[in-house]
Amino acid sequence: MPADALKCKECQTTYPLEARFVCERCFGPLEVSYALPDSDPVELKRRIQAGPHTLWRYADFLPLAGAPRGALPTGWTPLVKADRLAERLGLRELYIKNETANPTHSFKDRVVSVALARALELGFDTLACASTGNLANAVAAHAAAAGLPAYVLIPHDLEEQKILATGAYGAHIVAVRGNYDDVNRLCTEVSGERPGWAFVNINMRPYYAEGSKTLAFETVEQLGWELPDRVVGPIASGSQFTKIARGFEEFIAAGLVAGDVPVMNGAQALGCSPVAAAFEAGHDVVRPVKPNTIAKSLAIGNPADGPYAIELARRTGGSIDSVDDDEIRAGIRLLAETTGIFTETAGGVTIATLAKLAERGDIGRDERVVAMVTGDGLKTIDAVRDTFEVTEIPASYDAFETEFGAVAA
Amino acid sequence: MAVTVKLPTQLRDAAGGAVSASVDGATVGEALDALYAAHGELRERLADGDGGLRRFVNVYLKGEDIRFLDGLDTPVADGDEVTILPAVAGG
Repeated sequence: MPADALKCKECQTTYPLEARFVCERCFGPLEVSYALPDSDPVELKRRIQAGPHTLWRYADFLPLAGAPRGALPTGWTPLVKADRLAERLGLRELYIKNETANPTHSFKDRVVSVALARALELGFDTLACASTGNLANAVAAHAAAAGLPAYVLIPHDLEEQKILATGAYGAHIVAVRGNYDDVNRLCTEVSGERPGWAFVNINMRPYYAEGSKTLAFETVEQLGWELPDRVVGPIASGSQFTKIARGFEEFIAAGLVAGDVPVMNGAQALGCSPVAAAFEAGHDVVRPVKPNTIAKSLAIGNPADGPYAIELARRTGGSIDSVDDDEIRAGIRLLAETTGIFTETAGGVTIATLAKLAERGDIGRDERVVAMVTGDGLKTIDAVRDTFEVTEIPASYDAFETEFGAVAA
Repeated sequence: MAVTVKLPTQLRDAAGGAVSASVDGATVGEALDALYAAHGELRERLADGDGGLRRFVNVYLKGEDIRFLDGLDTPVADGDEVTILPAVAGG
């Protein structure tokens, strides 16, 4: 399926496969379009299965001249069967796509891998991004591995763990006094004036966004070339959510798997829920908000792919729900204590939404469900602070017995 | 009121290569109408058919998204800066 053009999602105008992201005629977003699949599905499947244990095994579905050499290995993360969590929620079959297993512990390694590879093909010399944190980590790490300088622009009040884990790679960190939407606006301006810079989520955005399709590709392959019935995933800009569905569509179109796109359930934090609010109100006009939530990695108040996320949820019979900060903390705890996976606040949003759907009776008893856990709890450690007790004792056996001793016989 | 409208790279061709334009108007909407009067092609690119903006066009007054203000009816003062940018899905 070779990529053949960039196409406007609004007016269908096509452009060559360059570093452009917006339609000059209507300002609509551009995305990569592909020629129809030309491979025999059996041969295509064989080629995928013979590929590396990274997202590059799906190079046939990515907009690159070829898979890059020497890139930081990304993807092929575990799909964990979560029987204890399923039992707690009254579900039959539940899997967690554990994206904490990526090189910088979030799904952002996928999108940066693709954006960087294309940036190198196009001759860029600097990697940059506007980030809510996870993307900053990924850009810093992948740029370091490729030997490129990195500039990451972040809101000034980001979690310290994410800043430290970016600075460790030697990236230039620019803390902008404002929220993510201010950072995004600034980067959109800067990107127009720095021709040598590849802003992964601005001028490289059509390529960057394609990386999220690999979440769907891996899910299908790890389920033994079958589709899940339902996917629950987080929504910030709406890009990942829509590209997961696109991944399923492309595998179906290529004849690699038979069936329908799963029911797509989106998850937002109540303190930044413009897409969920528009879904509930029954329209597709996403009114921007000023975020106020502990789920900072999802704190995009002006989500440009929101209308497409809403359309997808409606088309597949899904929904877009929101959960409050206490529910997010409970979601983090629930996942950790039933699966051993410690997720960041965005994963808490996803698991809390999954629990809400289960409680509401939206999920059928016979369904196979996949939840996308997109980032690592060590990056938002404050979310679990003071949610448990530590027992301090002197270094004496008697003291231990006093606290934890068996009941006297 | 004379305001400066900053144009993104994608619109500069349609404005004779200009990086910004100085226009008159009492509101953001009037300033944009004055911009369209000077550079007709910009109207088609930015405006929808109903007097609003296309849905992927973001307009800022002194750095604030006008959807947090009064939209196109937001008043402008002499010397204000209006910035037009394409919406970009971030994250």
